[in-house]
Amino acid sequence: MSEGRFARWFDARGWPLLLIGAPYLWLVVLFLLPFLIVVGMSVATNTATAPPFSFGGEHPWINWDPFTRVVTDGLYLRAFLTSILNAFVAMIFCLLIGYPMALGLTRVSKSWRNILLMLVILPFWTSFLLRVYAWMGLMGKNSWFNGMLTDAWNFLVPLDWAVKSIPMMHTNFAVVLVMVYTYLPFMILPLYASLERLDPNLDEAAMDLGSRPYRVFLDVTLPQSVPGMVAGGMLVFIPAAGELVIPTLVGNASQPMIGKIIQDEFGQARDWPMASAVAVALLILMVVPTMIYSHYQAKAEGSK
Amino acid sequence: MKRSPTFLITVLCFGFAFFYVPILSMIVYSFNNSRLATVWGGFSTKWYVSLLSNDAVINALVLSLKIALISATFATILGTMAGITLARFTKFRGRTLFSGLVVAPLIMPEVITGISMLIFFILMADWIGWPGQRGFTTITLAHITFSMVFVTTIINARMVQSDRAIEEAAMDLGSRPWQVMFDVTLPVISPAIVSGWLLAFTISLDDVVISAFTTGPGSTTLPLLIWSKVKLGVTPDINALATLMVLTVGVGVIAAGVILNRAEKRRLADERLAFRSND
Repeated sequence: MSEGRFARWFDARGWPLLLIGAPYLWLVVLFLLPFLIVVGMSVATNTATAPPFSFGGEHPWINWDPFTRVVTDGLYLRAFLTSILNAFVAMIFCLLIGYPMALGLTRVSKSWRNILLMLVILPFWTSFLLRVYAWMGLMGKNSWFNGMLTDAWNFLVPLDWAVKSIPMMHTNFAVVLVMVYTYLPFMILPLYASLERLDPNLDEAAMDLGSRPYRVFLDVTLPQSVPGMVAGGMLVFIPAAGELVIPTLVGNASQPMIGKIIQDEFGQARDWPMASAVAVALLILMVVPTMIYSHYQAKAEGSK
Repeated sequence: MKRSPTFLITVLCFGFAFFYVPILSMIVYSFNNSRLATVWGGFSTKWYVSLLSNDAVINALVLSLKIALISATFATILGTMAGITLARFTKFRGRTLFSGLVVAPLIMPEVITGISMLIFFILMADWIGWPGQRGFTTITLAHITFSMVFVTTIINARMVQSDRAIEEAAMDLGSRPWQVMFDVTLPVISPAIVSGWLLAFTISLDDVVISAFTTGPGSTTLPLLIWSKVKLGVTPDINALATLMVLTVGVGVIAAGVILNRAEKRRLADERLAFRSND
C-alpha cells in the first residue's frame, strides 16, 4: 500500500521536482550565488586581510567608494570608452560585411547554400583562441600578409610616406579586425534567418511596378530585415565589449579594455571590491543592449 | 532575382577568404622549417615531432580531455533536464527566475563569470573548507555551469518543435511520467542531445578565460598552456598544435553533422511511415 502511495506521490510531485530541481539548484548555487556575492562585494571595503574585503566594524557596511571611482576616475572611464568604441566599430563592420554575405547566401542554389552555411558555422567549433592566434601570425611585421599590405601602401602613396611594415599588432585596429573576424558568424546567421523568410514575390511585385533593383533593396528588403540586423548587432556588441582574450593578445596595453581592468584589479591590485564594482558597472551597461536584443529577437521570431 | 547577383557572389568569395585564409596560412606555416614563425624557410615536419614528444603538451591535452568528457556529460544531463522543464512545465513557482538563470550565463561576459566563480570558490574554502585546492574539480564545476545552458537552449528548441501528442498517447496508454520520458521524449530528441553534448564538449575544450580564473597550481589545460605561450608571440610549434586541433575538430564536426543529419532523416521517414500505416 505504502509503495503505491509513494509511486503516486513520485509521479505527481517527486518526478517533476527532480527534473526541475536538479538544474535549478545547480544554477542557483554555482551561478546565482557567486554572482550575488560579486554584487555584494562591490559595496565592500578593500582591506589588507585575506580574503581582502570587509563589511562593518570600523568599515562602513555599504561603501560606495568603488562606484564613485568607476564614474569619476579617468582610468575606468577611458577603459569603458575604449570597450564601447571597439565593440561598436566591430559591430558596424560586421554589419557591412555580414549583410551582403547573408543576402548572397539566400540567393545561391540550395545545395551550395547548405555547404556555405556549414562553412559559416564551422569556425564556431574551432578554438576561439586559435582563431585569434591565426591573426597574430598574419599581422606581425615579417608576415606575408603584412608584407603584401606594405607593398600596396608603398605603391599607392608618395615616396615620403613609404613604410617598412605596417604597424598592426598592439593597436585598436588589430582588436577591431580580430573581433570582426571572430564575431562575424554571429551577425551572418540571424541576418540570414531573417532574410531567408522574406517573400521573394514582394521583390518581384516591386520590380513589376517599375522599381529599380537598388530601390527594391532600400524600400522592400532592408526595412524587413531590421530585426535581424539589430539582433545580430547586439550578438556582436555584447560579447565584444566584455572581451578579454583579443585585447590581451593583439591590443594596445596602454589602452586597456574593461575586461582587462577587471582582471587586473582582482589579480594584481588585489582589490576585490573595485573589481566587483567595475564588473557590476559593465553589466549595467549591458542591460540596455540586451533588452534591445530580446525585443528585436521576439520581433524576428514573431514575424515567422 | 533571375539576374545573377554578381556583387553578392563577389562579397561571398571575399568573406569566405576572410574566414579561411588566416587558418590556412597558420596550417601552411606549421610546416615551416625556419625558427622564425612568420618567415618561410622550407618544408619540414619537425615541429610536429617536437610537439608529440613534449610531455607538458600531452599532459595538458589529457587533462583537457578529462575535464571536457566529464563536464560535457554532466552539462548534457542537467541541460537536458532544464530544457525539458522549460518546454513541458509551463507553470511552477520560480519559473521566471529559472528561465532567466538559463539565459544569463549565455550573455554574461566571461570575465565576470570567471571572477564570480573564483571569489565563490575562495570564500567557500574559507567558510566550509571546500574546495581545499583549486584545479580539476573547480574547473570542471565551472565548465558544467556555463556549458549546460547551451545544451538547454538546443534541447528547448528541439522540444518546442516535437509533437507533444506522442507523449500524451503514451500517458493515456498507462505509462508513468518517468517512463514516458525515457521511452518517448528522450529517443525523439536524441539527435539534439548528441549535438548538445558535442557543443558542451568543444566549449569546455576551448575555454580559456573561465579556466584561467578557476584553475590552481599544477592544473594546466591545453588552452591555458597555449594561452601562456601565445601571450609571448607566434611560435612554430603552436602553429603545429593549432593545425592538429583545427583539423581534428573540423573533421569531427563535419562527420558528426553528416551522421546526425542522416539519423534525423531516417527518423522523419520512420515517423511518416508510422503515420501512414495508421490510416
